[in-house]
Amino acid sequence: MNRLVVAGAAILLLAAGCSEGGREEPDANEGSAAKQSSGYTIAFVTHERPGDTFWDKVRAGAEQAAIDTGVDLKYSNDPDAGKQATLIQQAVDSKVQGIATTLVTPEALAGSVKAATGAGIPVVGLNAGIEQYKELGALMYFGSDETLAGESIGERLATAGAKHPICVIHQQGSVALEARCAGVKSKVAATENLQVNGADDAAVTTALQAKLAQDSSIDYIVTLGAPVALDAVQAKEQASSPAKLVTFDLNKEMAQAIKDGKVEFAIDQQPYAQGYMAVTSLYLYLKNGNDLGGGGPVLTGPSFVDSSNIDTILPFTEKNTR
Amino acid sequence: MSRSTSMGRAGRLLARPEVGALVAAVAIFLFFLAVAPAFRSAGSLFTVLYQSSTIGIVAVGVGMLMIGGEFDLSAGVIVTSAGLVNSLFCWYFGVNLWIGALLSLLFCLAVGFLNGWLVMRTGIPSFLITLGTFFVLQGVNLGVTKLVTGSVSSTDIADIDGFSSLQAVFASSFGIGDVTVWTIVLFWFFFVALSAWILQRTRPGNWIYAVGGAAESARAVGVPVVRTKISLFVTVSFLGWFVGMHNLYRFNTLQAGNGVGNEFLYIIAAVVGGTLLTGGFGNAIGVAIGAFIFGMTSLGIVYAGWDPNWFRAFLGVMLLLAVLVNHYARKWGSR
Repeated sequence: MNRLVVAGAAILLLAAGCSEGGREEPDANEGSAAKQSSGYTIAFVTHERPGDTFWDKVRAGAEQAAIDTGVDLKYSNDPDAGKQATLIQQAVDSKVQGIATTLVTPEALAGSVKAATGAGIPVVGLNAGIEQYKELGALMYFGSDETLAGESIGERLATAGAKHPICVIHQQGSVALEARCAGVKSKVAATENLQVNGADDAAVTTALQAKLAQDSSIDYIVTLGAPVALDAVQAKEQASSPAKLVTFDLNKEMAQAIKDGKVEFAIDQQPYAQGYMAVTSLYLYLKNGNDLGGGGPVLTGPSFVDSSNIDTILPFTEKNTR
Repeated sequence: MSRSTSMGRAGRLLARPEVGALVAAVAIFLFFLAVAPAFRSAGSLFTVLYQSSTIGIVAVGVGMLMIGGEFDLSAGVIVTSAGLVNSLFCWYFGVNLWIGALLSLLFCLAVGFLNGWLVMRTGIPSFLITLGTFFVLQGVNLGVTKLVTGSVSSTDIADIDGFSSLQAVFASSFGIGDVTVWTIVLFWFFFVALSAWILQRTRPGNWIYAVGGAAESARAVGVPVVRTKISLFVTVSFLGWFVGMHNLYRFNTLQAGNGVGNEFLYIIAAVVGGTLLTGGFGNAIGVAIGAFIFGMTSLGIVYAGWDPNWFRAFLGVMLLLAVLVNHYARKWGSR
């Protein structure tokens, strides 16, 4: 065993530094020094399922805002509604100065959010809960309206003459994803939903391929997340389908696919901005009493990314900020 | 595999683990032929075979492991770990992808060895040991990916040296007419045949049935129990690595959270294929048919164009039926 390890290390050393296409060495002077602390501690609680590029951007935005404002950020997440409520309750118990949270399951979270406002801790909602944040007692809201976003895609498809789109749901039972597809369907009535297993790229690809083979009248594929869209590119090629592809959400590879013309457009709810604004708004409220949105929600999307603006946006996706 | 001699010919046939699964597979196949017009083409059949192979290859190892009386819950995530080790290492250090693939292989074999060694050393059920490995790998996948790339998905490695040759090995396809044949399907057939040969024709095959059926008596008659079981865990990890390589070189990037849940699909394939959850019974052809039933069912619903919200429910009914047919065929056969 030891000899194997030594041999392996030797091969590695021999071959090191002999290939193209890897990481670019970062500049030594990159990375900003943390500002002086503002003395505020803010809890940031989401329903992130670990390992999703979307939530990674929300968190990156929140962390950058914390650095820029000198806030001490406590990030926590749990996709289970009950556990997310407990996380909010924990933040209240540890007497943070502010709480930013997603309100994806308003009924389950109501108790904890009330406990927070009851203890005089300001709460800001983000990403989900646009209908309910006010009655729960949250001060402000940053996010996209999923139904509205779906409708904007639907309108654009209708204008382009779409007859029979399929809307690919990659997480069974998600209210937000269902709302997006319902939004598309409200504008193009023939829209059909397809359920796939988002945790397995091969399964997503074959399911889509099967759907395209089953119904040759499908002219648009709407995916609800960037990684799923990339699988759809493969499925389209396999099925030699002429259907056009549009998607929700961006990531680096997705942006490149738009630039290459493999994807028509992506609709972006700007998750980085959601995280950034939620923290910054709490900071401004604590420091200055500011109330952003003038009593209404602040929309971070829908924002269209297509061939007309991809050159501007592509570099940002490489930095994980869009 | 049953070695009883007091049966009739028909009974002996039906008591074979794969026969019940075969009956179910034929029934499901005919059913979808009838209800789903899009199912009736060679292209569709090969899409089903492709879907089955990505489950079926790891299921070969999981089936052998289950015959040997153990479980591996880390088998789903290690597929993703395998790809991530390869991808992240080569991207970060800018080295040829072949080195990363080799390193990833060593890593996977080490995880398999550790699983087996811990189970044998401690006597704790493999269900618990590999549940631990499952969580560790899941967390490490996410944590390391985030540290290395600054995001939770690996970066595109298509420009790194060695990509095209590795893609040719692990994720190539060729066309016959308008049918796409992925070579991973052929690899699946090969692994199934190899496993069937080992289980039926070789001494280690006998050892696997012996350690799964009655480990203590096997030990008493000189079967190397520890070595056999550890080898089985290593086999599962090796096959996980193989599918991980396919996923990486077909999709170029990987999401760090992927693979979770697939460990159950492997176990389901093995069980539907006639492998006993208690060990000591089953065979490779059965496991392959089990994976094929899964692939056929999950895609057949789509080919039939049914409401996708019912997908899981329908899948569950199909699987229950397959297991029931299997169960009663075996009972009837061994009367």
